[in-house]
Amino acid sequence: MPSLTSLANPSRFMALSARALPWIAAVTALLFALGLWVAFTAPEDYQQGETVRIMYLHVPSAWLSLLIYTVMSVSAIGALVWRHPLAEVSMKAAAPIGCVFTFLCLVTGALWGKPMWGAWWVWDARLTSVLVLLLIYLGILAIWNAIEDQAHAARMAALATLVGFVNIPIVKFSVEWWNTLHQGASVFTLEGSKIAPEILLPLLMMACAFTCLYVALHLAAMRNEILRRRLRRLAILAASETPAPARVSSLEGGARA
Amino acid sequence: MRRALIALIARDLKLATRIGGGFSLGVVFYLALVAILPFAVGPDLNLLSRIGPAVLWIGALLATLIGLDRLFQADEEDGSLELMRMSAVPLEAIVAAKGVAHWLASGLPLAVAAPLFGLMLGVEPLALLGTAVSLVPGTIALTFTGAIGAALTASLRRGGMLLSILVVPLMVPILIFGVATAEASRAGATSFAVPFLALSALALAAVVAGSAVAAAALRTKP
Repeated sequence: MPSLTSLANPSRFMALSARALPWIAAVTALLFALGLWVAFTAPEDYQQGETVRIMYLHVPSAWLSLLIYTVMSVSAIGALVWRHPLAEVSMKAAAPIGCVFTFLCLVTGALWGKPMWGAWWVWDARLTSVLVLLLIYLGILAIWNAIEDQAHAARMAALATLVGFVNIPIVKFSVEWWNTLHQGASVFTLEGSKIAPEILLPLLMMACAFTCLYVALHLAAMRNEILRRRLRRLAILAASETPAPARVSSLEGGARA
Repeated sequence: MRRALIALIARDLKLATRIGGGFSLGVVFYLALVAILPFAVGPDLNLLSRIGPAVLWIGALLATLIGLDRLFQADEEDGSLELMRMSAVPLEAIVAAKGVAHWLASGLPLAVAAPLFGLMLGVEPLALLGTAVSLVPGTIALTFTGAIGAALTASLRRGGMLLSILVVPLMVPILIFGVATAEASRAGATSFAVPFLALSALALAAVVAGSAVAAAALRTKP
């Protein structure tokens, strides 16, 4: 049984992820094909009509926006405490993906809100806290872009990620703490799901498809980041090797003369 | 250790008063923000007095943000931050001392000036007092929350914009409870103590968390 530390070795990670990625991608495609088919053949909602199908994109995006931030925070702890390069890579790769899912969640929410609530946007606690989540994602992306030294950027991004984590429970519980227009939790509750099974099934399938998509994207982005770092190191090595000997010898010669 | 921290606060206050206009500049910026508002929404005093406390709070938040980017940057550039990193005093305490000095030099003057500017917006006397009182813990919370952003961007030459993007989301709860406190001081409003205590709790949490996170960020050399 390989331990987590042995998996965290970048070379082993590259080998394993190269083998796993095609399978995960295939499963993602299959789940999306099934999920979309079920989503479009599912019955309409008695009140919302066809617009209920927006939910099959909106709810998985919202879940993923929270899940990815949590993954990023766990990676941030790994990067801060153990200074593990793979944790940094995971953190950096997750940020843009999470940002896009948060954006998707807000856009599909607005498209759904217009026919249902009569407004693209309301300043309700759930919507506002997700908007704040998007701002936090954008801030973390800005740190990665602004700080050139990647090791330093990783520490700064990790700290910002952990500080921003306070927003995650606020997003999650906003519909319970405040009286919001956005509906409360209805899929997973203590009394069981409040959603009709004909609509719940496609939703869960789409959630699985989205999660698989995220895992595939995250692994691919991590592989890219590792390769980018290797390329950079090779470029630095190559640049420091070729012209250096000539200059050093001439300097030495000059010093001796 | 206490003497070192007092010396640090005195040094930062001295630097704040002698370089770049000192105490007055933030307040002048605050005045400028309040002064452009009637041009945008019109000089109707009824409307202005209704939105006055919120405007005073937004103005204080922006004025705090503008002043924050030099909190650690100047020390990083001239090397004094390096000395602070190596000193026997914990970096958290040093960050807290610098935050206190910064608050005394730029946060407290905003709270003191707020009633005067509120008068120009036609805010009723009781609400003026409430806004000023709410800004005292409010600016502490804003300064120490902002210190996190200042520490994260200390190594950047132009970190001001990034600083604002990073800390504005964190300042949302402070703004909510700050404006709630200011609104609660209006005549006939409900309890003033509840939002004020919540705001003070936020300020205390910001002092602790802000000092710890900022110190963690400053400890790693760029």
